[in-house]
Amino acid sequence: MTHPYWVAFSSIVVKEVRRFLRIWPQTLLPPAITMVLYFVIFGNLIGSRIGEMGGFDYMQFIVPGLIMMTVITNAYGNVSSSFFSNKFQRSLEELMVAPVPNWVILSGFVIGGVARGLACGIIVMLLSLWFSKLVVSHIFVTISVILLTAIVFSIAGLINAIFATKFDDVTIVPTFILTPLTYLGGVFYSVSLLPEFWQWVSKLNPILYMVNTFRYGIIGVSDIPVATAYAMLGLFVIVLGSWAMYLLNTGRGLRT
Amino acid sequence: MANALEISSLVKVYDNGFTALKGIDLTVQEGDFFALLGPNGAGKSTSLGIVSSLVNKTSGDVRVNGYDLVNQREQVKRSLGVVPQEFNFNAFEKVFDIIVQQAGYYGLNRKQAAVKAEEYLKKLDLWSKKDTQARMLSGGMKRRLMIARALVHEPKILILDEPTAGVDIEIRRSMWTFLTELNRQGTTIILTTHYLEEAESLCRNLAIIGKGEIIAQGPTKELLKDKDRSTFVADFSQSPESLPESFSQFDAQLTGDGSVEFHIKRGESLNQVFALFDQYNLPILSMRPKTNRLEELFVDLTENQPETGSKV
Repeated sequence: MTHPYWVAFSSIVVKEVRRFLRIWPQTLLPPAITMVLYFVIFGNLIGSRIGEMGGFDYMQFIVPGLIMMTVITNAYGNVSSSFFSNKFQRSLEELMVAPVPNWVILSGFVIGGVARGLACGIIVMLLSLWFSKLVVSHIFVTISVILLTAIVFSIAGLINAIFATKFDDVTIVPTFILTPLTYLGGVFYSVSLLPEFWQWVSKLNPILYMVNTFRYGIIGVSDIPVATAYAMLGLFVIVLGSWAMYLLNTGRGLRT
Repeated sequence: MANALEISSLVKVYDNGFTALKGIDLTVQEGDFFALLGPNGAGKSTSLGIVSSLVNKTSGDVRVNGYDLVNQREQVKRSLGVVPQEFNFNAFEKVFDIIVQQAGYYGLNRKQAAVKAEEYLKKLDLWSKKDTQARMLSGGMKRRLMIARALVHEPKILILDEPTAGVDIEIRRSMWTFLTELNRQGTTIILTTHYLEEAESLCRNLAIIGKGEIIAQGPTKELLKDKDRSTFVADFSQSPESLPESFSQFDAQLTGDGSVEFHIKRGESLNQVFALFDQYNLPILSMRPKTNRLEELFVDLTENQPETGSKV
């Protein structure tokens, strides 16, 4: 007999996946369109005048960063909007009255976010093949770093949704924190181009480590040590995961 | 008989300092049909919210089906089916999916869940709507959907917070029949309602809560027995212009529309009133209770409840 927790976990995951598939024009289509525009404008039109970056043509250089940017925003956005919607229309109570441990709830929503992050990442990767050749240099690094990044941002999305009291609150973090950090995280440039001070500042940005490690997995170059990125990702999973569990256990923002 | 629910010294103080529950004690026996009554804001939903794990308690103990709410929360949750006051499903999901999804949270795999979903949607007359998005259902159907969802894991105790609020009389009566049958089969039912007629006709035991305190608790019949008088309204084919002095023994008064309102004390017979009207040649055309007895008891207790300080 299947363990009840596994059934509950898969129920949450199936529900989450069905949700983002059902509303695909809002979830899967926008990153595809946005990234094609990036590929055409930055990669082709502007990139052809930039020349090489880190030893690769500009299009090849930005593809890993754009895939990572897609994964980050979609993993985060999926969990924050879905969890907050559940909270807002009180359907989260269905889970709260059921014998589902909080770690199962957390895992279910996080895997839902990872699934959307990866689905969007794969769509963008396939689209990039129209514009650039994609050769994966380190398959383990590529897969592991994208999974860990999706997990980190899915947990962060859930924490955002727990604190959110109105829909505006789930857009503040992506708009004012995630987007700037992603753009300044070396998606479009190598940090080695920056003055030393700004290189040092950039290295305080966790997204820089994720983007560069993923780039290392794809094209084999990175501005930062890969081991540091893994340590940082591991730390984020533990810290954010513990924080999310604490919030769920105490019922912060969920139970009065 | 074992207790389905035991609440002792339960206190709830909200973050804004409002004390919703001032240390209530409540016991519901297994197999009972129990009503928790009280005016708006009295603490009914807070009490049931704590039992259902939707509200954090401040202090006190709660045991459900013998399990401790804090230390055995999972067993407590498995014992309970919860039908809240507000609609709390994803309005864009289909009816069938909502039930199957909920069954999954209780560990029923999709195949088992589908069987149970069909059973309860048919019992609650919603099978024809199984592929309809929940938002398209009428208010009564939405309530029945929440009942089906609460029963899909076949709980021993069903908690309903105002289950018949806003539904028409026909659906309300069919829900009464359904709940009575469910109770007859062994499910303990605990409900809150503003329809006192509902509580009086369905529930064997009840408690009245006011300002965060239990002000009456016991078998419905016993509580009503203590109600010392009932009020009736009599209509006449020809309304009397005044009432003789002898009618004062029943505290009788003419109302604005020509009817007579009078009161019967415990131990008095309606025949005495009929005889008096007959004596003065006032044939009664029709007669009705002004309010039901429980309503009078409820009003007496809640309106006359003294203000008490917080026990916290």
